[in-house]
Amino acid sequence: MAEQNNLIEEITKSEYKYGFVSNIDQDITPKGLSEEVIHFISQKKNEPDFVLQFRLKAYRAWQKMKEPTWQKVHFPPIDYQDMHYYAAPKSSSKTKTLAEIDPEILDTYQKLGIPLEEQKVLAGVAVDAILDSVSVATTFKEKLQDLGIIFCPISEAIQDYPELVKQYLGSVVPYSDNYFAALNSAVFTDGSFVYIPKGVRCPIELSTYFRINAAQTGQFERTLIIADEGSYVSYLEGCTAPMRDENQLHAAIVELYTHKDAEIKYSTVQNWYPGDKEGRGGIYNFVTKRGLCAGDNSKISWTQVETGSAITWKYPSCILKGDNSIGEFYSVALTNNYQQADTGTKMYHIGKNTRSRIVSKGISAGKGDNSYRGLVRISKSAENSRNYTQCDSLLIGDQCGAHTFPYIEIENKSSIVEHEATTSKISDESIFYLNQRGISTEDAVGLIVNGYAREVIKQLPMEFAVEAQRLLSLSLEGSVG
Amino acid sequence: MSLLKITNLKANIENKEILNGINLEINSGEIHAIMGPNGSGKTTLASVLTGKKEFQVTDGTVEFDGKNLLEMPPEERARLGLFLAFQYPVEIPGVSNANFLRLALNEKRKYNGLDPIEPAAFFKIMREKAKIAKIEQDFLTRGVNEGFSGGEKKRNEIFQMAILEPKLAILDETDSGLDIDALKIVAEGVNAMRDPSRSFLIITHYQRLLDYIVPDFVHVLFNGRIVLSGTKELALELEEKGYDWIKEEFATA
Ligand SMILES: Nc1ncnc2c1ncn2[C@@H]1O[C@H](COP(=O)(O)OP(=O)(O)O)[C@@H](O)[C@H]1O
Ligand SMILES: [Mg+2]
Repeated sequence: MAEQNNLIEEITKSEYKYGFVSNIDQDITPKGLSEEVIHFISQKKNEPDFVLQFRLKAYRAWQKMKEPTWQKVHFPPIDYQDMHYYAAPKSSSKTKTLAEIDPEILDTYQKLGIPLEEQKVLAGVAVDAILDSVSVATTFKEKLQDLGIIFCPISEAIQDYPELVKQYLGSVVPYSDNYFAALNSAVFTDGSFVYIPKGVRCPIELSTYFRINAAQTGQFERTLIIADEGSYVSYLEGCTAPMRDENQLHAAIVELYTHKDAEIKYSTVQNWYPGDKEGRGGIYNFVTKRGLCAGDNSKISWTQVETGSAITWKYPSCILKGDNSIGEFYSVALTNNYQQADTGTKMYHIGKNTRSRIVSKGISAGKGDNSYRGLVRISKSAENSRNYTQCDSLLIGDQCGAHTFPYIEIENKSSIVEHEATTSKISDESIFYLNQRGISTEDAVGLIVNGYAREVIKQLPMEFAVEAQRLLSLSLEGSVG
Repeated sequence: MSLLKITNLKANIENKEILNGINLEINSGEIHAIMGPNGSGKTTLASVLTGKKEFQVTDGTVEFDGKNLLEMPPEERARLGLFLAFQYPVEIPGVSNANFLRLALNEKRKYNGLDPIEPAAFFKIMREKAKIAKIEQDFLTRGVNEGFSGGEKKRNEIFQMAILEPKLAILDETDSGLDIDALKIVAEGVNAMRDPSRSFLIITHYQRLLDYIVPDFVHVLFNGRIVLSGTKELALELEEKGYDWIKEEFATA
């Protein structure tokens, strides 16, 4: 026991590697949220009226809504009037080329291990880097333009492709969807926009690194990805945040829209600051992610590796509207120290012969609390549909928690839903076996955990998979004796 | 040259004394066999030597390659060249044999001041050693012991031994539950690795393995103590007479 406690203590000594603050001049609104602030944001971004109206409607809806309380997480009340809703690096308003970017920003990325210069030459990855609220640099644009692919900050899309934005913004996640979605719709500052035209297979993986930088700044990205008929795109989202004492709210929205025969693969590695060993600080991550398989034979696949954030509240979902459409959700969620995660997915089967697959791997260590919450709903029209759910929990130590809340609703007789669940612990025998081969206990835990998570990790593109494996090991340093 | 020197080793688990003062010296290049009835402490001896922390050493010393073995954590003992082929190898799902072994080998190399091995060179070694343990290529990419049969697990232990090239390999009933063909593979694997700088401690319940791996010395462990030592002939005698006379003759007073 004493040894166990010592080791749990030790976990917390592995400092958050990405905790540093950049000194970049900020353009920032006063604290608080009001219609004026929304007008300010909209003006600042020179938005057309339909966007302003969208924001205002969302704000009014939000005011009438209540923070949800059903999730199995606990946190002190959030004072929505005590934060800034807009922060932009001053020098970035007109940047277009790498040479013009504030060297400190580049340095920030370097510390994160994503030197932009290198990224540009590195084959296969285009980066739309977001620092706080404004996209600072976008690479690979020209190459993609030749194929008719649009990949830019959503603020730019609003200027350059207002018709597309008007058609799809809020079409998957309506502004009134939930409390945090309404808040995001009112004040979203930036995010990515992707449009893949008919029949085009995006030849590279599109990637965004989100980064929260300014103190006490809510972060409200909005990402919209549209795959037109017969197209394909793989999109990577990676996140890190610097160390902060105060909790920071993050309420993002991601909307995916696939037309007939189209496919979107969306991968996330989330490593935001989880708070310290006492549970102080850390990101509150309240995210709404949803994909609509609007067309027949379309497919949306979510893969997430969640190791960061003090609180994760996130249910990447699929609406399988088109006949024969497919939804997938692969997830690894790790909680250590006082981290709390309530995450899972929702699969709404509407079209005929629709298929969904859920693989969820929870890992709890320290005093972490980890809940899987999933809904599989097969409506009357979704004849011959199938769902397979596998939901595993791995416990490390005896002070953590794992819970599963599967909800299943089936309205027809021709569909089949399968659910499997396991709970396991890392055994002393396994650790000793690896020790006996010269592997330290820390590495042994990393190896076992990565083996456990393999089914999910192997869904990730190569370079992301390597990062995810490293993060899993890093996040558990010292958690087993 | 003395590689392992065990002096008056005593060990407990849950306040129960299991090892009762073991004395044993193994020189480089020698093969020693330890036999004894079930429950006599053979696996416990292997566990204590390799540093399993459930067991408390209450007395005695163990010198390995000139170092105080009992002071080292298990991973360091392994890196120094101590290998145990487990009686019951565990499964590590999702971790490929190849990745696991590369990590293990690199840990050992690091300990010896060598650079990590290049992936290409490592795969070459794996292919070579796979022949020694007569294992299929798909062994390498499968999860460590994941869904392996009993015999496959044992051969995987021999394969790992071949890759890690220990100074002392302890085989804990690697022959148990094997048919004669599998037994021969294990024996050939060991014989292929015989070397003046490598020693073996072969724990077995039956003497039939010793028809294929000829030991220099045979010891009988009973009630946590080595009660008899001899050569190959002792094993044959045990085979003939069974363990009952040992139990009678050395029953603790
Ligand atoms: N983990 C354990 N907890 C309690 N007793 C144990 C444990 N492991 C072994 N023993 C006891 O120690 C004695 C020796 O066991 P073992 O070393 O496995 O014998 P052998 O390998 O010779 O069959 C047995 O009486 C066994 O019950
Ligand atoms: Mg035994």
